Amino acid sequence: MTLTGFFRYFVSALQWGSFYALIAIGYTMVYGVLMLFNFAHGDIFMAGSYIGLFVAGALLAISAGGLIPMAPWLILILTIVGTMLGTSIVGMLVERIAYRPLRNAPRASAAVTGLMIGLLMETGNLRLLGAERRKFPSLIETTVYKVGGVSITNTKIMIVGVSLALMYILHLLVRRTKWGMAMRAMAYDFPVVPLMGVSIDSIASATFVLGSSMAAIAGIFFCTAYPVLEPYMGILIGWKAFIAAIVGGRGSIVGAMFGGYLLGFIEIFVPAILPSTFRDLIAYTIILIILTFRPHGFFGEPYSAHMRL
Amino acid sequence: MARKTFVLALLVALAFAAALFAGCAPAAPKAPYDGVIKIGNVAPMTGDIPAVGEHGRYGVELAMEDIGYEVKVGEHTYKIEILLEDNEAKAESSAAVGTKLIAEDEVLAIIGAYASKQAIPLGEVADREKTPTISPWSTNPRTTMDRPYVFRACFLDPFQATVGAKYVKENWPEITKVAVLYDVASDYPKGLAEYFKASAEEVGLEIVAFETFTTKDRDFSSQLTKIMESGAELFYTPQYYDEVPLIVAQAKELGWDKPIFGSDSWAGGDLASLCGDDCVGLRFTTHYAMVGATGKTKAFIDAYRAKYGSEPSDVGALAYDAAQMLIKAIENTGGLTGDLAEDRDNIKREMARIKDWPGTTGEMSFTPEGDPIKCAVVVEYNEDHLIEFVAWACP
Repeated sequence: MTLTGFFRYFVSALQWGSFYALIAIGYTMVYGVLMLFNFAHGDIFMAGSYIGLFVAGALLAISAGGLIPMAPWLILILTIVGTMLGTSIVGMLVERIAYRPLRNAPRASAAVTGLMIGLLMETGNLRLLGAERRKFPSLIETTVYKVGGVSITNTKIMIVGVSLALMYILHLLVRRTKWGMAMRAMAYDFPVVPLMGVSIDSIASATFVLGSSMAAIAGIFFCTAYPVLEPYMGILIGWKAFIAAIVGGRGSIVGAMFGGYLLGFIEIFVPAILPSTFRDLIAYTIILIILTFRPHGFFGEPYSAHMRL
Repeated sequence: MARKTFVLALLVALAFAAALFAGCAPAAPKAPYDGVIKIGNVAPMTGDIPAVGEHGRYGVELAMEDIGYEVKVGEHTYKIEILLEDNEAKAESSAAVGTKLIAEDEVLAIIGAYASKQAIPLGEVADREKTPTISPWSTNPRTTMDRPYVFRACFLDPFQATVGAKYVKENWPEITKVAVLYDVASDYPKGLAEYFKASAEEVGLEIVAFETFTTKDRDFSSQLTKIMESGAELFYTPQYYDEVPLIVAQAKELGWDKPIFGSDSWAGGDLASLCGDDCVGLRFTTHYAMVGATGKTKAFIDAYRAKYGSEPSDVGALAYDAAQMLIKAIENTGGLTGDLAEDRDNIKREMARIKDWPGTTGEMSFTPEGDPIKCAVVVEYNEDHLIEFVAWACP
């Protein structure tokens, strides 16, 4: 592999890892706080992508219609904000409908409910919008920069930069604010939290809002990079992000981020060196070996795993 | 006087003759099947690919309208009745409606099914029941293999890759190094990629990268970077219309500015709205081209547009050809006997004898296996986002 080649792969891996990291955060937060694998999260990501599609479409129509002319960057920001709001509502609804009634039920039941909600969202979308593929509008003109033989686009820079910044903000939110403290408290000692006058229900909702917002961002960025939408787009990436969350360490935001990028790098560099046919085989063998030696992942906190099981 | 008698005699003779003819008409032998030829059309009207079913129905309808739903076979003129059956895009429903058409409705022949998944089981039933069947759109070799009663109107997967490789060699003589990018988990792309590789090597092209991914993958940057590093001057990607835009856009972002070549799966859906400007100038092999069409193809496109208000897809064109070829075969039998088994047999025999028949998708003749010998079309996705004819690619 030449040095130019290495940097070409490196840029791709950074972008690809960003998606895994953003989605993995949603898994890890819900797990940390509610001790629950939200298997509908990949489909919340899918919902975010579709909400983004409609918000962007509406904004573009308003702008093009001359009603309120907007600059492309403004449309992008408004799309992101609108999609985060919309997807947060979806996330809250999922929590309200699928998980809250089962809060004291066995964890396996809640996990199965998550799977079913996921199927419901996929098939519901299929029924509502049909199987036809949809194209995400390009909100910002793609510009290709050449840096010594390596092509970098402005969208790639934006995706990686904004993702990292958002993950850092989220990290601060959980570490430095009162809400964040309540979330961590719930992860640490679930039964005591209500005794301190903290509402479990609102903390649970807040967790879902944050996780879903990250999924919404991931959705918009994903669709900017890969602008073809279909109802089942969230399944595979959802599974893989779940793996990233576990590798990073359940309940740890830094861990989810680390796991996401690790997975991204493995998935891009394995086919670069070896035949691409073996990509997932080799990539996930590596993950399996990591988990064998670090069952709690890289940043996982061992105690959190047997608190409420 | 003599003259008067003659005129009278003539009149009497004429009257007699008239009476004779008039009297004879009802007494002539009745046309078998009450003068109605029934033909089944097994299409996926609901399910995954309803657009295919609809285009198939339109194609067959238009073919019948062209001949006024009538055909003269031997001495009788028959009305044609098309029985449309929905197979829900499912293999088992396809076999079930096929059985119903053959056994209950007693059709003479069947058009369908469309996708290979449904055409293979229908072909099995039809061949067992000895009913001639022609699939307009199924490209899988198994549909017609060892089934004398089953035909198809389109070419097969391997063929397309073979003429594709030949076209690359002829059209871009300066190109020597070629790469392939395909979905290893999907039958159609995998088959095409392998055939392309073999044919390309045969015509003297070097395959420098043979890269794969799996269904539902959205990021191809790793494989594309590898292709670029390999020094390839063109890459072939026999993928579907929802993957092609992603592959093309990512390749361009990575700095690829050389040709990308594909197969008919590019045109399977809405490439124009998904790919936009990215795909302009790219070429692929397919069954027929809309822009730049001439003769019979153009007449078909105009008629289709006028009647249905949309552009005919390759499915519509192939269904049209399949239906007209079938009618031609029925005509060529020279007369129906009224014995279902015998007539079906005769139609099958005549189908296999069709030679140089001019269709909207090119001239075709049948091989003994029931597959047509015809040319593929190389098309280009032009600046107006339409698919334009470039060249014929013949074996």
